Amino acid sequence: MAAPFSWIRPEPHGIHITPADVWIDPSRAVDRALVTHGHADHARGGHGQTYATPATLAIMELRYNTREGATPVEYGETVRLRGGVDATYFPAGHVLGSAQILLEHAGERVVITGDYKRRADPTCPPFEVVPCDVFITEATFGLPVFTHPPIEDEMARLLMRLEAHPAACVLVGAYALGKAQRVIAELRAAGHTQPIYLHGAMEKMCRLYEDFGVDLGELRLVSDYDKDAMRGHIVVCPPSALNDRWSRRLPDPITAMASGWMRVRQRARQRNVELPLVISDHADWHELTRTIEEVDPYETWITHGREEALLRWHQLHQRRARALALVGYEDEDD
Amino acid sequence: MEGFAALLDALVYTRSRNEKLRLIAEYLRTTPDPDRGWALGALTDGLDFKAVKSSTIRALLKERVDPVLWSLSRDFVGDTAETASLLWPEPIGDAMPPPTVSEAVEALAGMTRVTVMSELPALLDRLDPAGRYALFKLATGGMRIGVSSRLAKLAFAQAFAVPVDEVEEYWHALEPPYAELFAWAADGAAPPDTANMPLFRPFMLAHPLEDTQVDLADYAAEWKWDGIRVQLVHVAGETRLYSRSGDDIGASFPEMVSALEIPALLDGELLVRGAHQGGEAGGAASFNALQQRLGRKTVSKTMLTESPAFVRLYDVLMLDGEDLRDLPWTQRRARLEALMPRLPESHFDLSQLVEARDFDHLAQIREGARDDAIEGLMLKRRDSLYVAGRKTGLWYKWKRDPLLVDCVLMYAQRGSGKRSSFYSDYTFGCWDGDPDAGADLLPVGKAYSGFTDAELKKLDKLVRQTTLNRFGPVREVERTLVFEVAFDSVHTSKRHKSGLAMRFPRIHRIRWDKPVHEADRIETLRTLIRD
Ligand SMILES: [Zn+2]
Ligand SMILES: [Zn+2]
Repeated sequence: MAAPFSWIRPEPHGIHITPADVWIDPSRAVDRALVTHGHADHARGGHGQTYATPATLAIMELRYNTREGATPVEYGETVRLRGGVDATYFPAGHVLGSAQILLEHAGERVVITGDYKRRADPTCPPFEVVPCDVFITEATFGLPVFTHPPIEDEMARLLMRLEAHPAACVLVGAYALGKAQRVIAELRAAGHTQPIYLHGAMEKMCRLYEDFGVDLGELRLVSDYDKDAMRGHIVVCPPSALNDRWSRRLPDPITAMASGWMRVRQRARQRNVELPLVISDHADWHELTRTIEEVDPYETWITHGREEALLRWHQLHQRRARALALVGYEDEDD
Repeated sequence: MEGFAALLDALVYTRSRNEKLRLIAEYLRTTPDPDRGWALGALTDGLDFKAVKSSTIRALLKERVDPVLWSLSRDFVGDTAETASLLWPEPIGDAMPPPTVSEAVEALAGMTRVTVMSELPALLDRLDPAGRYALFKLATGGMRIGVSSRLAKLAFAQAFAVPVDEVEEYWHALEPPYAELFAWAADGAAPPDTANMPLFRPFMLAHPLEDTQVDLADYAAEWKWDGIRVQLVHVAGETRLYSRSGDDIGASFPEMVSALEIPALLDGELLVRGAHQGGEAGGAASFNALQQRLGRKTVSKTMLTESPAFVRLYDVLMLDGEDLRDLPWTQRRARLEALMPRLPESHFDLSQLVEARDFDHLAQIREGARDDAIEGLMLKRRDSLYVAGRKTGLWYKWKRDPLLVDCVLMYAQRGSGKRSSFYSDYTFGCWDGDPDAGADLLPVGKAYSGFTDAELKKLDKLVRQTTLNRFGPVREVERTLVFEVAFDSVHTSKRHKSGLAMRFPRIHRIRWDKPVHEADRIETLRTLIRD
């Protein structure tokens, strides 16, 4: 009999399932890929065949302009791959369409989380705990300093600032896939019914979310309105536009940024952020460690992020873990 | 404590000076005594708790957090107080309500190096992360949140609509929590009594003359020296030397502290004797020589003999227990002249008046001034009382014309605050030889003022269009643009590759028309050195 888990091999540019010859979230084009979610560092274009949720496939189509090889897999659905490997998709709670993938082979169960969080998110179904032998997790916020506060508190601070400056606007930098739509949906949940203005680069992704049934309320494009119309309103843009020339068309913008990194003052100051909003689509330290306890695997493998601290935590709690040192995953979708 | 913590956080994330002023003023107005006084003390670096050091925080955390996780976290966050505030374990069960600032201050003041290990945790358990951060900052001093002591005082003045000069006047006589200061400013009580204390008093300052012409019948003219403006005070057996900002710089110039033995408050220019400047014994060395002595905690014998300091006196504010500030300048000047024989010649001289027939004649004298320690002229209204700050029409400064050189734009950096979307800070250089024979540019200075908003837009566009390299917020640009740069003086400097450093460089004109190879060379700039 082969050594345990020898059918699943972490390679520098992705995880390879040898008997099925498929890759998970490979960072270069391959024949067959299982993709966890649509963020660019997990969903590259150009694969021969892509297994992903319908929403993730739609996001990839928007990004890469092709549906070639798209093979939809619903949450809870199992696909039988070659070599006696079964893959089942479960919600990861990260962004629209995000999935964990359970792989079963020769009586062994491996879960690959992709990116995930444990907080409620109005734009996607919640993370499910899937028992397994090997739990392959991310560790983007794998340091005990990261505790994401309740999102309601962050929304309240945002709305309070807006109210205090009726002649200005609050410009919120948020990653274009996931974070932006979640912030908008949470604002709606907090009772903010005013139109929200969008940077042009966000429009298509917001429309895609709406097509998948996420209600974002009235959205307007910044380019369709003049300065004065935006006074007292919220404007959402990608983080890269925060200090860009583009922001000159806005009325006295107060710079906000929605990111888990905003927990650290120096990080916020480096980006000239005046209103840091600690909002993340990743698990914080407590969610990471709690999830590992709940899943209670034989061994944890850590794909990307701050793996040193999470390895140390495993050591302190007499748990088995190893870091995979995969390349190509960036923390930009924080 | 929550209010103070919220204020600190708001200040950390605010770039605009006006907004900082507004935030602090608002806090001071709406917070009760003595909390606001302790907060003001903290913002002006006036609190010191001996038992709490950065090492105390580390020791406390090591009892609660795994050392490996602590150091990984500390490395990532970069600030011990902040890391500790985030890693502090949340207390189990119902916590006591957060302490007030005064409660915290009282507790901190009562701690010893032994009791701190149990008493500080008790306070921390009552706070959230922002509150813990504020408590650590309060306890260890050194806020480092971009608020100067002066800004905090300005905010205080703004909060209660009192003149900031009066705040400065009383400030040094009082201690946190500044009960008397708040009683005076907020509740209209009598001001604090400050006689017989060796205090800093706010300086009287001048406006630039610009296009104004004055009648010399009303104004006296005096040289403006290129040293540092100081105040020397001796009262009740104590002597202090204060800089423009009110910092006690006596330790760097001990010979001045021991030189004044009569009860007086003197205003003058601190200079260092220089053999090669000014010629005769009274000559002063350039600012660069003085700078060698600034900021030193101890001064070597060699320094005292080779670069002895002295004060060139402009004014006398108090003498033999009498406050002279409400006398007109002419009378104060007469008192100063009469005082000179009582002061040691080795450490004091009198700033001479400049006699001129009329304004044009004065202009000629100014043009002809060759002494390099002269920064320009001062014009003082003969009947002016000594009033703190810059009051229009009383004193003018008429600086020497700035020096000008043509430099080439080399690097541009993003500004901050309102300018953060613009490349508004410029580094420029001069040619290290003949540009047509392949000489290169060496940076000689950096400026971020001297242009209009419209020019800034044009410059920003040029930077973006001619970028060669990016290094974080800095862009290297093609060498296409000449700046005419104005500066007050130039000195040798080891910090720059060119070996030169300019004082107060600013962009005088943008020479859109001038070809870069016609810009000045390093050697031209070197001839302007006045070390
Ligand atoms: Zn992601
Ligand atoms: Zn990721």
